[in-house]
Amino acid sequence: MAQSILEVRGVSKHFGGFTALSDVSIDIAPGERFGLIGPNGSGKTTLINCISGALRNDGGSIRFEGAEISALPAYRRTRKGIARSFQIPRPFHSMSVLDNLLVPYEYVAHLKESEAERQAMDILRRIGLAERAHAPSSELSQVELRKLELARAMAARPRLLISDEAMAGLSGSEVEEVLKILFDLNAQGITIIMIEHIMQAVMRFSQRVVCLDAGRIICEGAPGAIVKNADVQRAYLGA
Amino acid sequence: MKFWIAAALFFVAALAIALSGVNEYFFFAAYVVLTAVTLATAWNILGGYAGYVNFGPPAFFGIGAYTAVVLFKWLEAPLAAQIAAGAAMGGLLGFGVGLLTLRLRGIFFAIATVAVVFIMETLMINWRYVGGATGLQLLRPPVIAPFETYARMLFVVAAFMAIASVAIARYVQGSWIGRGLRALRDSEEAAEANGVPTLKLKLFACVTSGALMGAAGAPMPMYLSFIEPASTFNLSYTISALGGSIIGGMSHWLGPIIGALLLGSLQQIITVTISGEVNVLIVGVLLVLFVVLAPEGILGLFKRWLKASSR
Repeated sequence: MAQSILEVRGVSKHFGGFTALSDVSIDIAPGERFGLIGPNGSGKTTLINCISGALRNDGGSIRFEGAEISALPAYRRTRKGIARSFQIPRPFHSMSVLDNLLVPYEYVAHLKESEAERQAMDILRRIGLAERAHAPSSELSQVELRKLELARAMAARPRLLISDEAMAGLSGSEVEEVLKILFDLNAQGITIIMIEHIMQAVMRFSQRVVCLDAGRIICEGAPGAIVKNADVQRAYLGA
Repeated sequence: MKFWIAAALFFVAALAIALSGVNEYFFFAAYVVLTAVTLATAWNILGGYAGYVNFGPPAFFGIGAYTAVVLFKWLEAPLAAQIAAGAAMGGLLGFGVGLLTLRLRGIFFAIATVAVVFIMETLMINWRYVGGATGLQLLRPPVIAPFETYARMLFVVAAFMAIASVAIARYVQGSWIGRGLRALRDSEEAAEANGVPTLKLKLFACVTSGALMGAAGAPMPMYLSFIEPASTFNLSYTISALGGSIIGGMSHWLGPIIGALLLGSLQQIITVTISGEVNVLIVGVLLVLFVVLAPEGILGLFKRWLKASSR
């Protein structure tokens, strides 16, 4: 296997006496489409918070493109090429849709405003938000907010994109739309970690899936094998 | 460009008035109003742009004033040096308060800044060199030509500081720093995830805001020819800074100017024509009204009116 773009080794995270992650190890290859599933509270978001830097892991190491990143603040990790969308959209609500995208352009790519605006409009057109570019982001609908989350993450020009339930609450055709965007990004060479509850979407998208339960990896493999796995079925159905 | 022309015109006008035969009382009152503009503008860099409500302007104002007193008593340092040192100490205190933002947000940060005021006041009460609780009488040095009186000179100094602080706030607002501060005000997690170094920006805002408030406090001892802890660390400075920003509007550098000019002038007029007690009451009522009815201040009202009339 080629050198991993992301190498998570023995990562654990505790909140007081509660163990949210214990000894989680994952390797992700460059260009891979990687699915992360697990029931609610299994530690999916905690894991990506540790990868993106919103939380610090208590033990273990996280290496991105060969370099240890677990001590870096979140903004440095974004500048290194890890972008994420948030499960609950967190737009910069006092800004317009376009201005939301200018933040990563200014702080990650260090572009001039005119160039940043041109590229931001490009992304908005691709994602289908162009006609809302000048709308205040506080006026967006749920679908538009999810698209904005993705658009903003794209503007950070990541090599690894973490999509945290970007499709929750979307209709069938909207799920297709977001899936297409993610496939397109992957085709450009961006590695993608998808956290999703919509099984049909995550199974179609991912080349490899890991299932977390109570902070541990209980199963790893191709999507077809995962759905048949007894542990996964037990974790989800409680059978 | 327009801004700098307006700023230059304002300064020249201030200078002309100071050299004219205008009644001395005007300068005493205008000094206070202009200082309120500086305080509100400085406060808004942290409170308005970054969304960290600081109840501690008296601590910053006071550290500037006491720094000036120490320098004056010790070295007979000139006013410009006192102001520079006041700004430096205010900035230093701002750095300390900025580190608090690591752990404290929202209401907890606000409460911590109140505590900073009490700490500073207690320190000064117990420091003999600067007069302790009874305070210190100061003998003003001779006034510098071409000014006739010290109050006239201080008025021009206050005008200069108000312009300087507005210029800084305006620059911060329009630059990449301003966008980053707005981003972290809306969501610190999302700002970090989009490459914004939130801690650095918060420290920058705290230091800049603190330095300007410290500078604003430095001429105060010379203005009063006296310094004493209770009035120096008075929470009324919080009202000036915070009230000016809230009444004017916190989203734009114009807001604190409008708010502080209105509030400051009103306070001066009421204190003279009615009484100091009524003054406090009216300011309180005004603040409540604005917070409830026009949370975006006069600027917000104006924007709404523009929108309505364009329809």
